[in-house]
Amino acid sequence: MDTAPFITTVLVPALTQGLVITLQLIVLAAPFGLLLGIGIALGRQYGSRGVSVLCKLYVIFVKGCPLLLLLFILYFGLPSVGITLSAFAASVIGFILCNAAYNSEYVRGAILSVKDGQMVAAQALGMTRQQTIREIVLPQALRRAIPGLSNEFIYLIKYSSLAYMLTVIELSGAGKLVATKYFAYNEVFFAVGLVYLALVSITTAAVHILEKKVAVPGLIS
Amino acid sequence: MVEVTGVLMEWAPYLLGGVSITLGMVGIALGIGIVLGLPFALVQVYGARAHRICIGAYAWFFRGLPVLVLLFLFYFGIFPALGLDLPAFMVGAIVLGLRGAAYQSQIFRGAIQSINEGQMTAALSLGMTRLTAIKSIILPQSLRIALPGWSNEYPEILTDSAICYAIGVAELLTRTSQIVSVTYITMPIYLFCAVIFIILNYAGMWIIQKIELKVAIPGFGAGAG
Repeated sequence: MDTAPFITTVLVPALTQGLVITLQLIVLAAPFGLLLGIGIALGRQYGSRGVSVLCKLYVIFVKGCPLLLLLFILYFGLPSVGITLSAFAASVIGFILCNAAYNSEYVRGAILSVKDGQMVAAQALGMTRQQTIREIVLPQALRRAIPGLSNEFIYLIKYSSLAYMLTVIELSGAGKLVATKYFAYNEVFFAVGLVYLALVSITTAAVHILEKKVAVPGLIS
Repeated sequence: MVEVTGVLMEWAPYLLGGVSITLGMVGIALGIGIVLGLPFALVQVYGARAHRICIGAYAWFFRGLPVLVLLFLFYFGIFPALGLDLPAFMVGAIVLGLRGAAYQSQIFRGAIQSINEGQMTAALSLGMTRLTAIKSIILPQSLRIALPGWSNEYPEILTDSAICYAIGVAELLTRTSQIVSVTYITMPIYLFCAVIFIILNYAGMWIIQKIELKVAIPGFGAGAG
């Protein structure tokens, strides 16, 4: 097997196709994972007792159960109750549900770190509870949650590989197919690994820039 | 419902066998993680520049790659290329362990660095060797500080162990899927498996919390968690 043609005509096109799917998975899952995560954190912190308990149970369930099992439930389990999802949709939904549970923990921690007195002060100034949460608590809490949230985003990049277990041919899947066909496991998986390392490193750098950009002088994050 | 309960009863021993395989993998992985992670952390703090860079690169590699890719890489690529014909169970345990070592080295490193440098200087000035100082001054404190962070390793490795399904280790999730494909009962069996994982998860964390309380030194704040 000649190495150069293998890389240019087989490996690079396959991995590029896979990378596109991986990026689609991440780009679709991340924003909803963040929003749902914030929602769950708010529900746990400010919701009524029932809502709070439900949110807590959700987090316990999702954090306690492996993501791969969650994906199996969504893809192989749900059809038995009449909901059939495509492999891609099941993966995205699974990533959102998992990402949100972990994100909510960071957001909740950050909300708790905002002093209670601020809530009292805002209400003394005539702000409603909702206004206070939106304008006072969240802007501080979300900034403080950035390191944790970005960690979860990096986890999302890596765990997007599990979509392959539901037959979505993303980066790892594309690599596996090429590796099996040409019996070049070491070469292909090192290449796949490098792509993931690049994604993770780019994200880390981007987060640093974001953190500097949204930093408020005097607010310790 | 009766049918489902019957099936669960029938297959429960098989699933419980999966539990012991899952826990076996997690146990070996945690062991490898500590045995490698702690020296790695010491090298990263006290080692020569070249050694520090090597460990840094190791941690970067193992923390940057998805578990699935690492499993494929080692199971199909590296181990066969080295002429090692290891069973999937061992490959899973070793990969989870090597990956755990990368994460744990960072946890231990943070804990070691959190000990005031003056303590090392003081120990050296009292005539202790560097090694004695690390062993009897630095580590007893930093290991206690590291425990809360370290305790997150258990649930992480436990949930990651399910990915060993991909290389065919007969652990809990693999056995669950096998039962599903034999019985065609999906949801109840998946949920049963989820409950087992959740119990293993929180039971393990409860035990670790007990250990944390046990080794805590009154007045030494961080150790108490």
